[in-house]
Amino acid sequence: MSEETVNIEGAVCAPPLTHNELIVMGHGAGGRMSHQLIQKAFVSAFQNTALNAGDDAALVEPGLRQKLSISTDSHVVFPLFFPGGDIGKLAVCGTVNDVAMLGAKPLYLTAGFILEEGLPMDTLKRVVESMRLAAEEAGVQIVAGDTKVVQKGKADGMYITTAGVGVVREGVNVSGVNAQPGDVVILSGTLGDHGIAVLGARGELGFQSSLQSDVAPLNHLIAAMLDASPNIHVLRDPTRGGLATTLNEIAVQSNAGILLKEESIPVHPEVNAACEMLGFDPLYLANEGKLVAIVPKEEAEKVLAVMKSTKYGEGAVIIGEVVAEPKSRVLLKTALGSTRVVDMLAGEMLPRIC
Amino acid sequence: MKYVTEYRDAELVKGVIDEIRRTVTRPWTLMEICGGQTHSIVRHGIDQLLPPQIELVHGPGCPVCVTPLELIDKALSIAARPDVIFCSYGDMLRVPGSSRDLFSVKAKGGDVRVVYSPLDAVTLAQKNPDKQVVFFAIGFETTAPPNVMSVLQAQHLGLKNFSILVSHVRVPPAISAILSSPHNRVQGFLLAGHVNAVMGYHEYPPLVEKFGVPMVVTGFEPLDLVQGILKTVQLLEEGKVEVANAYQRAVTLEGLKPAQDAINKVFMECDRKWRGIGMIPMSGWGLRPEFDEFNAEKRFDVESLRAEESPLCIAGQILQGLKKPHHCPAFGKQCTPENPLGATMVSSEGACAAYYRYGRVELTQSVTS
Repeated sequence: MSEETVNIEGAVCAPPLTHNELIVMGHGAGGRMSHQLIQKAFVSAFQNTALNAGDDAALVEPGLRQKLSISTDSHVVFPLFFPGGDIGKLAVCGTVNDVAMLGAKPLYLTAGFILEEGLPMDTLKRVVESMRLAAEEAGVQIVAGDTKVVQKGKADGMYITTAGVGVVREGVNVSGVNAQPGDVVILSGTLGDHGIAVLGARGELGFQSSLQSDVAPLNHLIAAMLDASPNIHVLRDPTRGGLATTLNEIAVQSNAGILLKEESIPVHPEVNAACEMLGFDPLYLANEGKLVAIVPKEEAEKVLAVMKSTKYGEGAVIIGEVVAEPKSRVLLKTALGSTRVVDMLAGEMLPRIC
Repeated sequence: MKYVTEYRDAELVKGVIDEIRRTVTRPWTLMEICGGQTHSIVRHGIDQLLPPQIELVHGPGCPVCVTPLELIDKALSIAARPDVIFCSYGDMLRVPGSSRDLFSVKAKGGDVRVVYSPLDAVTLAQKNPDKQVVFFAIGFETTAPPNVMSVLQAQHLGLKNFSILVSHVRVPPAISAILSSPHNRVQGFLLAGHVNAVMGYHEYPPLVEKFGVPMVVTGFEPLDLVQGILKTVQLLEEGKVEVANAYQRAVTLEGLKPAQDAINKVFMECDRKWRGIGMIPMSGWGLRPEFDEFNAEKRFDVESLRAEESPLCIAGQILQGLKKPHHCPAFGKQCTPENPLGATMVSSEGACAAYYRYGRVELTQSVTS
């Protein structure tokens, strides 16, 4: 090269893109862009106490003896069937779990189906049977529904929206605002199984994987935990956006910090391998059958022991603690002993180039 | 995980850091050239564990960050065409062009797809004979072999609907440009081990000799990184000016000859603009004329497209190691990963994104305040 012509021009940069004009995929990824959209488009319009609380389900008091927990969730997974589950099981478990995360016993679900012209009837039957089995396991009834058919090409086979209602157990107060310094953070099992299983089912991994999605109804696990300790402060399922995003939400809601220990966070070796190859971080991968519980320190061992005795909590471990500072932040103590911030997922989770 | 966990062993890493502490007697400024190394350093907090005399500055080795605005605009123009399936590595989707990014093109109906390998794009071209499939072939020497293989494979299959938009850059001219700058502060380089795995490191002794700066081939895991740093500090403290290899399990002097042959068959050296740095002569690779039929710039007639970059952020100075991300007044305020002012904030290998994501600015402030 001709070295004398090397000319460093200095600062250059592009103008910002705000994505205020169009919906882009990042708005649906469950991270910060989703949060901003929800705040700007929905919360500001609908304004009420239950919605403003910002939990996965709404706590309402319609003048009955008990409080109700209400939630809704739309499911658009591709492919419709993946190792360990399918869109039907996901649609039941997703809403059952959201309702249960306020310390409620889910009772009834509704289901809305958007079906694409040309969907094989047999596919629909398989999905419905899967929903029946999941509802049976969760102990809920699907009591109302709706069906629409759209033209070929207007939907990815089928979309399902479920809504659910449950009664909140008396004497419990579970919410994202309740984390207090000194509390212990418990995770019910390995991270990222669902995210990688779905990628594998799409054929996007480029290698074979025997990994199964963790999709499961967690209401019985939660009931057992509340039996052991009605004093659990926070319950949440780290779905889209992963554990990192969920804990950031809680840290903001509770105005506290959360300190994790990297070594204690369980990740299946296959998930780890996939993440290393594709440039993903397990902290941001979706889970559909895991929960984080934030509990007072003195109750932690008791809750942990109960969790470990159940089917969906046998891999439960303590992964960190709630701290007073820095507020609204999640920190991670690395295996090497350094500390870093774990931020919320920004927009879409993108694989790194190399 | 085998071959990964061993290189993240905390006790081994601490042992090497103790050795660095015993070796260092005065301040040294080192640059890790590769964005993957920046990411690993910040993710594992290695810079926090080093003795205070050692400062790491983050080099321009993030391919997403240095891809020039003009190329992004060309990509956006091609991707918006109804007859095109535009394939890209994931990171590139968020990089802003002059007025939009690939996400926006996708939202307006463009067929933009993330692929993990350029060969996936070749498969797409086979499956979609009525569409033009274009792969955005960016990167350093590391991604060159798969990118040229996609062209050779498409040629072998006789595909007429596959082309690549090339923005390839090379490490040695970038190092030369940094060391030629009157503002240069870098006293030693950690070379990008993955680049050297392909290219070997025979290109570097002339640079070392010319500029009098030691360079050490370095890997990406924590233990690799601290060993690279230790070796560089040892050379500096002993006053030795040479190239050393601290990544012997992956890198030889000659590199991978078959990969280099494939690159030379398809690519030739050319001038290349680097976003944030400017034109560096003969710093890139482009398609040889005999592969014109696979050249997306020619196929879609976007060669003459020009874009003016506006001086809004300090990404350029960050890419040259002159400033740290948190020195930028826009950092974390107007400029965040969701709303990037500069490409360094976009890619997970970009220094700004790594700093932002791992909260380095807050930790830096809390340590110094």
